[in-house]
Amino acid sequence: MEINDFIKCVAEQYEEVDAQEFTPDTKFKTFEEWSSLTSLSIIAAVDDEFGVTLKGDDIRNATTIQDLFDAAKAKV
Amino acid sequence: MTIENPFSLEGKTVLVTGAGSGIGRATSIECSKLGASMVLVDINQKTVKETLDLLANKELQHQCLVCNLTNAEDVESLCNKVPYLNGLVMCAGINKNAPIPFCSRDKYDAIFDVNFFATVELLRLLYKKRLLQNNSSVVAIASVGGVFKYTFGNAIYGASKSALNTTMKYAAREFASRKIRVNTICPGMVETPFIKSGTATEEQHQKDMESYPLKRYGFPNDIAYGVLYLLSDAASWITGQNLVIDGGSTIV
Repeated sequence: MEINDFIKCVAEQYEEVDAQEFTPDTKFKTFEEWSSLTSLSIIAAVDDEFGVTLKGDDIRNATTIQDLFDAAKAKV
Repeated sequence: MTIENPFSLEGKTVLVTGAGSGIGRATSIECSKLGASMVLVDINQKTVKETLDLLANKELQHQCLVCNLTNAEDVESLCNKVPYLNGLVMCAGINKNAPIPFCSRDKYDAIFDVNFFATVELLRLLYKKRLLQNNSSVVAIASVGGVFKYTFGNAIYGASKSALNTTMKYAAREFASRKIRVNTICPGMVETPFIKSGTATEEQHQKDMESYPLKRYGFPNDIAYGVLYLLSDAASWITGQNLVIDGGSTIV
């Protein structure tokens, strides 16, 4: 699991934000379109792409995409 | 003078699937307290034995059987061991949240295999082999999800429970010829290991609870008591119904 692939996977769950905007430091919950459905989509996408099951708590505890990547990596 | 209790389960033999935890465990324990002889079925040997230890009225010779209900050979073998039944409670179920774009066929198959196909197949075999005796009562645990409520990420689970709910109504009509009653219970969110395995955080659960008129999630016994009623002779004229037990969540 590489950080760039992970960022791409997260970015794909946003409709209105340009994928180019996403970096490891992106605070992914601060976008206007962020919702509980985005959260569920990220969990499902990471599960499909990397075979890692994040929990709601992992999303809650993460601020940046790097935080979420670290949480996912810890479960590999 | 003895006073007849219409809610008693004395003299009845009741099989419960998913008896190792949650609603299945609570139902098994409460049925045994009301005098039923229990047949506990679960995929997990350890947890189903724990439930067996928790049953009341041990002299009723309760038994537990380990079975993967999605495995045809396992189910056939189960049917060869099952005694004649007066009650069947089908609680075994799984869930995995996924928004629609992630609801691939393999995920539908995995959830439908347990929640729908395994459940209706067990019912089919027990009925066909006449292990379900005349005048018996069948209770399937469906959900408010997919029947009355449609929350994010719950499409596959809801569809499986909706399919189950519908099939039970057909069974209720057809099985009435043997005076076998078939009903479903549609629980709201119940505090079980099942919901803890989901993706929601404790905070999200707390917020969701606030939306319930009775301001809490259910306890497994809240559902078990509904099952007891439908199994008992007090419900002799009830078939083909959904009993919603949900703290009022579907009226808001």
